[in-house]
Amino acid sequence: MIEVEDLYFTYPSGVEALRGITLTIRDGEFVAIMGQNGAGKTTLVKHFNGLLKPTKGSVKIDGVDTTKASVAELARKVGFVFQNPDHQLFCETVEDEISFALKNFGFDEDAIKDRVDWALNLLDLTRYRNISPFMLSGGERKRVALASVLAWDPKILILDEPTIGQDYEQKERLRNFIVQLNAQGKTVIIVTHDIEFVAECKPRVILMAEGRVIADGDPHEILTNPNLVSKASLILPETTRILLGLRGMEQSGRLARVIDVYEAGRILTAMLRDQG
Amino acid sequence: MNMFDGFRFRRVSSPIHDMDPRVKFLYVLVIFAAAVLFDQLLPLLVLFVAQMPLILVAGVKRECMRSMRGSSLFAVIIFATNMLSLYLYSGGGYGSIPSIIERSLAMTFRFMVLVESFSIFFLTTSPDHLGLALEQSGVPFDLCFAFTTAIRFVPVMAEEAQTIIDAQKARGLELERGNFIRRVKNYVPVLIPLLVNSIRRSLELAEAMESRAWGASPKRTNLYVLKMKRSDYYMIITSLIILVLAAYIRLYISIPSIYELLSA
Repeated sequence: MIEVEDLYFTYPSGVEALRGITLTIRDGEFVAIMGQNGAGKTTLVKHFNGLLKPTKGSVKIDGVDTTKASVAELARKVGFVFQNPDHQLFCETVEDEISFALKNFGFDEDAIKDRVDWALNLLDLTRYRNISPFMLSGGERKRVALASVLAWDPKILILDEPTIGQDYEQKERLRNFIVQLNAQGKTVIIVTHDIEFVAECKPRVILMAEGRVIADGDPHEILTNPNLVSKASLILPETTRILLGLRGMEQSGRLARVIDVYEAGRILTAMLRDQG
Repeated sequence: MNMFDGFRFRRVSSPIHDMDPRVKFLYVLVIFAAAVLFDQLLPLLVLFVAQMPLILVAGVKRECMRSMRGSSLFAVIIFATNMLSLYLYSGGGYGSIPSIIERSLAMTFRFMVLVESFSIFFLTTSPDHLGLALEQSGVPFDLCFAFTTAIRFVPVMAEEAQTIIDAQKARGLELERGNFIRRVKNYVPVLIPLLVNSIRRSLELAEAMESRAWGASPKRTNLYVLKMKRSDYYMIITSLIILVLAAYIRLYISIPSIYELLSA
């Protein structure tokens, strides 16, 4: 469980990035943190594994204050996959890359081997085991980065901009993957601008602007509210925009809260069938 | 990264910022020469204090303090090695302790004077201006461009290094663990991505430049042409006076040591 209590953070340069954030993320939740560039999303999640420590207020992971634990201790519980895989890949082979963190956390030889096998298989990377990560494509490098974090099976998984630079098929695969991890009980937190991706995943949405949380809750409520969405410099999901634009639909209620295309399709077909 | 902070340019306007970069560079060279000419504490102290008004006029007091603080470790090392070597050199018999201290302090202040003048130069000169100055002093454009690009990317790389450190810490890397050799090895996971990304970025930069017709015309013209103003000429004259004065004092006047002055 992550408990954030009245969190303020100011960078050494004097930029006040977070201004009084209070929220709780329970075990097994699936959360999307959204907002414009510079809203403080990444700054906030960097507090979850202790990379940043609060200027004021507190962050507790399973009851442990992050100021009282090292990043390495917290990272065992909170896995953080950075936006750009090129900021972490450095080994000669994909296998070494995945075992790097396992060695840091002190797993023994056999456990490392098992977990590397498991992670390679999970992300469909087994055939690249002995290849240099620098030889892989952008999407594959991103998967190696993800595998290298998933390998130690952290309770909480943070993904910073997981969909950037991924083609549609990769995104779809990523979505299934995340939903599956979440179904297995892992807490998953994604930081993203990609409203279509969030609309299809339907996690709890936390909307941020200028270092504050401006909305927190059900995606159907938040992502269909034009005021909130524009405050976070986002645009309504395409499906919602079309449905809100249909004449006479504003009042129908059933369609005013729809964010993804499948749901819209179901309702529209049913309506057309009713009309004969 | 703190030592680089002093060299990070902030775009503001002040009499010093607006000065011709070539003139400022001349000034730095003169101070450099003067600092090397003297090895006594008194003149070096004078040089150190005499530059402070420039810092105040330019309004870069905070940044200057930061770069001084960043270089304080080196200052301490210089002081300590001088103390040690002078003490051993004099065999413990000759020079008295106060004079050894004074000489070590002089060497430390020589270094601080250099840091001070270079900070003034870099803090008040934009990289673009600097490139322009080099170019209009006849340095080939290729070299100027390489130089300004290198300076331009220092803050970018500093930021990137921090991100990489964060990413590896999130994978359980502990930089401060182990003995000295182990600690150096701890930096491998940081240095490799940094190096690879720099090389990748430079290749991308080269491609972007080619696609914008780099080197298409052998004779380039500039949008901005540097022109000397009256204040620039004053600065040149002041710098030359400092140089002549310093040379004169060095050659014809014997400089008392501060210790002697105090004990007299």
